[in-house]
Amino acid sequence: MTKNINLTLKVWRQKGPNLKGRLETYNANDISTDMSFLEMIDVVNEQLTIEDKEPIAFDHDCREGICGMCGAVINGRAHGPEKGTTLCQLHMRHFSDNDVIVIEPWRARAFKIIKDLVVDRSALDTIIQAGGYVSVNTGGAQDANSILIPQEIAELAMDAASCIGCGACVAACPNASAMLFTSAKISQLALLPQGKPEAARRAIAMVNVMDELGFGNCTNEKECEAECPKEISIINIARMNREFLKAGLISTVQ
Amino acid sequence: MQLDGKVPGGHISEKWDKYRFDLKLVNPANKRKFDIIVVGTGLAGGAASASLAELGYNVKTFCIQDSPRRAHSIAAQGGINAAKNYPNDGDSVWRLFYDTVKGGDFRAREANVYRLSQVSTNIIDQCVAQGVPFAREYGGLLANRSFGGAQVSRTFYARGQTGQQLLLGAYSALSRQIKAGKVTMFPRREMLDLVVVNNQARGIIVRNLITGELESHDADAVVLSTGGYSNVFFLSTNAMACNVTAAFRACKKGAFFANPCFTQIHPTCIPVHGTFQSKLTLMSESLRNDGRVWVPKNPGDKRPANQIPESERDYYLENKYPSFGNLVPRDVASRNAKEQCDIGKGVGDTGLAVYLDFEEAIKRDGQSVIEKKYGNLFQMYEKITADNPYETPMMIYPAIHYTMGGLWVDYNLMSNLEGLFVLGEANFSDHGANRLGASALMQGLADGYFVIPYTIGGYLAGTSRKDITTDHPAFKDAAQVVNERINKLLSINGKRTVDDFHRDLGLTLWNHCGMARNEAGLKKAKEHIKGLREEFWQNVKVPGDEKDFNQSLERAGRVADFLEFSEIMVDDALERKESCGGHFNEAYQTGENEALRDDENFCHVAAWEFKGENNKPEMHKEPLVFENVKLTQRSYK
Repeated sequence: MTKNINLTLKVWRQKGPNLKGRLETYNANDISTDMSFLEMIDVVNEQLTIEDKEPIAFDHDCREGICGMCGAVINGRAHGPEKGTTLCQLHMRHFSDNDVIVIEPWRARAFKIIKDLVVDRSALDTIIQAGGYVSVNTGGAQDANSILIPQEIAELAMDAASCIGCGACVAACPNASAMLFTSAKISQLALLPQGKPEAARRAIAMVNVMDELGFGNCTNEKECEAECPKEISIINIARMNREFLKAGLISTVQ
Repeated sequence: MQLDGKVPGGHISEKWDKYRFDLKLVNPANKRKFDIIVVGTGLAGGAASASLAELGYNVKTFCIQDSPRRAHSIAAQGGINAAKNYPNDGDSVWRLFYDTVKGGDFRAREANVYRLSQVSTNIIDQCVAQGVPFAREYGGLLANRSFGGAQVSRTFYARGQTGQQLLLGAYSALSRQIKAGKVTMFPRREMLDLVVVNNQARGIIVRNLITGELESHDADAVVLSTGGYSNVFFLSTNAMACNVTAAFRACKKGAFFANPCFTQIHPTCIPVHGTFQSKLTLMSESLRNDGRVWVPKNPGDKRPANQIPESERDYYLENKYPSFGNLVPRDVASRNAKEQCDIGKGVGDTGLAVYLDFEEAIKRDGQSVIEKKYGNLFQMYEKITADNPYETPMMIYPAIHYTMGGLWVDYNLMSNLEGLFVLGEANFSDHGANRLGASALMQGLADGYFVIPYTIGGYLAGTSRKDITTDHPAFKDAAQVVNERINKLLSINGKRTVDDFHRDLGLTLWNHCGMARNEAGLKKAKEHIKGLREEFWQNVKVPGDEKDFNQSLERAGRVADFLEFSEIMVDDALERKESCGGHFNEAYQTGENEALRDDENFCHVAAWEFKGENNKPEMHKEPLVFENVKLTQRSYK
C-alpha cells in the first residue's frame, strides 16, 4: 500500500575534488513509498533550491536500471539494500517512517570525487580501451549465421555482457578492485568464437591497465557479486584469471 | 521554398548502389587531413565515430554523460529489425521497406527507407562480428521474434537488453579507435551552439559540465546524433538528460526542423503514479507477442482482474483487428487504449491503464519459457509496481517514447545547412509519422555504420571550405551569446524551479499536443506556452555558479530551449490539417476512428525555418512522391 513517510538524510557534501567534504543532515518529509530513491532526492533538491541552498549533485540518467550512470552508497551498501537493484530502481517502500539514511559517493582510489555524490569513473573506460573489443572494422563482416554459437554459450556470454559499468563492484570491494567489471568483458569475449583470436592479448592488456589505474586486487571477499545490480557472477573472475594465466603461458604477447 | 531531398535517379532497388559509385571519394592518405565533430554517442553517434575513425578521419566525439557507453540507446529493450529472412517466413528487403513506409503512414521518403531496409542485413552481420551476444536457437543459429506492424519474425534480440548490447558493441568499436588515437573523446560536454562560417557548419561551442568552462571546437563537418525531444513532455520514457538543445541550436543557426509534431506514444508503459514521478518506464513492445490486452466489458467495473470472468472481458485489439490482433502498430494500440479509458473502462486506481495479461501464455508455454523471454522485464515491472506479473496481469498505459520529427536532412543525411549531418533519432527521415518497433536501433546503426561513412566523403571531397580555426570571429560571437544566456539564467533568481516550469509545459503538451489533438486545444496550448516562456525568463530560480558542476543550470538551459521549441511543435500540429500516424487530429478520422490522411494537401514533409524569437517560423515543403508503394488507408484488420 502507498503511504507517506518522513526520513532523515545524512548526505555527503563536497564542493570539489580536492576539498574537504562532510555529512550534512536534511529532512525528507512526506515521501510517498511509491517514489524511487532518486525521486526522493529530487524532492529534497527542489526544497533546497527554494530555500536558496545548493541542491545535492548526483549522477543519474535513464532511471530504469540500465545506463549505469547512477549509484551511491546507502547505509554502507552500494545501490542500497535491495539485491540486484540499481539506485534508480530502489523504491522508498523498502524504507520505514523515521529511518535515518546515510548517502555517500563511491569511494575508491581510482574514482576521484567531482562533487557531492558525483565521481569520475573514466578509469573504467580506460580499461575497455585497453582491449575490451573484437578488432573488426565496419563492413565486410561475414553472414551472421555463418558463426554458430551454442545457445548455452550465448547465454553465458550474455550474463557477463549485462554489466552496466556503474562501478558498484569497485565501491563495494574492500580493496576497491575492478576485477568483476574487467572480468565481465574478458569473459564475454573469451566465451564467444569472435573473441578468441585476441583472447590472450586482451586478457594481458586489460589486466595490466586495471593494475596501473590504481584498482586493488581480488581477495575473494565476494562483496562485488553481492552488490552488483546485474548480479554478475564472480565465476567471471575465475575465468579471467584462467585467461590471464593461459595467456602468460602460451602467448607470444608480452 | 521547395526542398530538394536529392534522391538519386534509377530504380529504387539500384539507387544506393549507383549513388555510392557516383559519390566522390577522399583518398586514404588525405582522410587524416579532415577533422569531423560527432555529437552524441548513442547507436548513431557511436557507430559513426568508430566507422569514420577506422577510415582515417580525425574524429572529435562529444557526449553529455560521463562515458560514451551510457547514451539512451542503451535502454532499448525489444530488438532490432533486419530483412534476413532467416525464419523463411517470407521476409525480404522489399517487405521491410513496405512495412516501414506503411507503418509510417506514408509520410517518409521512399528512397531513404529502401536504403535502410537494404543495409539492415549488414547491421546484424557487423554486430555479430563485434561479439554482440544475440539470442540463439539450440542449433546455434540466431533467433528471431515478431514485433508490432509486421507479420513476419524479423526482430533480432539479446534478452530484453538489445539496445544495451548493440550500444556496447558500438562503444567497444569506439573505444578501440580512442585507443588508436583516431578519436578524441570529450565526455561530460554539452553542445550549446553550432558555429556556422560562410553558410557551412564548421564547429561547436560546448560547456564542460565539470568545470563550467565554454570550449570551442572546429572541424570540416559536424555530425549531430543527439537523439529525440520526447522530454519536452516532461514525463517520457527517455533518460533524464535527453534534450532538444543541440538540434534546436542548429535550427536557430539555419537548419530546418522537420515534422516536429510527429511524436510517438508507446502503448506499453507503466502507468503514471504520482506528482513527483520523474520519468516513465517502458515495457518492451515484444511483450505483446504473448501478452493479451484487455479491459472489463462494462465501464466502471472496479473488481480485481482475477475476479472478472472471461465473458466479461473485452480483448479489444483482438476483436477489432483480427489479423494483427495485439500486434497492431504503436499509434493504433495507443489510441485504442486511450479510447477504452475515455469511455470509463480503464483499470487501476487512476482508471488510466489497461491490462496486459500473460495468463494464457504461461498456461500454454509454461512459466519457464515466459521467464526466459521476458524475465528481466517482469522483474523490472515488479520492482517498480510491487505487483508480480506472473500472477496478476500487468497494467499498462501509453507514454511518450520517441520522436519521428527531427532536423531535416537530404538523402546524404545532410541538413539544408552545408556540412551539418544529422543521424539517428535526431533526423526526421525514415519513420514518417509513426515508427515501427525495433526500427530505431536499425536506423541509428544504419546511419552510423553504413550511410555517413560514404556520404560525408562525398561532401568533403566535393566542396571547398575556407581554412579556419577557433580564432575565427564566428566562434567568439557564438561563445559570447552562450555566455550571456548562462549569466541571464543565473541572475533571474525568481520563485519557480526549473522542474516546476518543465512539468507545467509537459502537462500542457500531453493534454493538447499528445495522443489526440484538436484545433482549439492546440491554440490554447500555444497561448499557455507563450505565457509560460515569458514567465520563465522572469521568474525561474537557478541556484549555483557558472564555473562549476551545476546540474540546475544544465536543466535550465534545456527547459528554456524546450519552451521555445514546443511552440514550433504546436505550429506544426496546427498546420497539418489531417491525421497520420502519431499525429491524430480529432477532426480528421474515419468512421472507425482511424487516422484519416489528406494525401492531396499534406503528402509532404513540413520543414520549419527559425525566423527569430517571437516571429512565426516559416514552413518549407518537401513533397513526398510514392512510386513504389501505393498510398492506401492503413488497415490492420
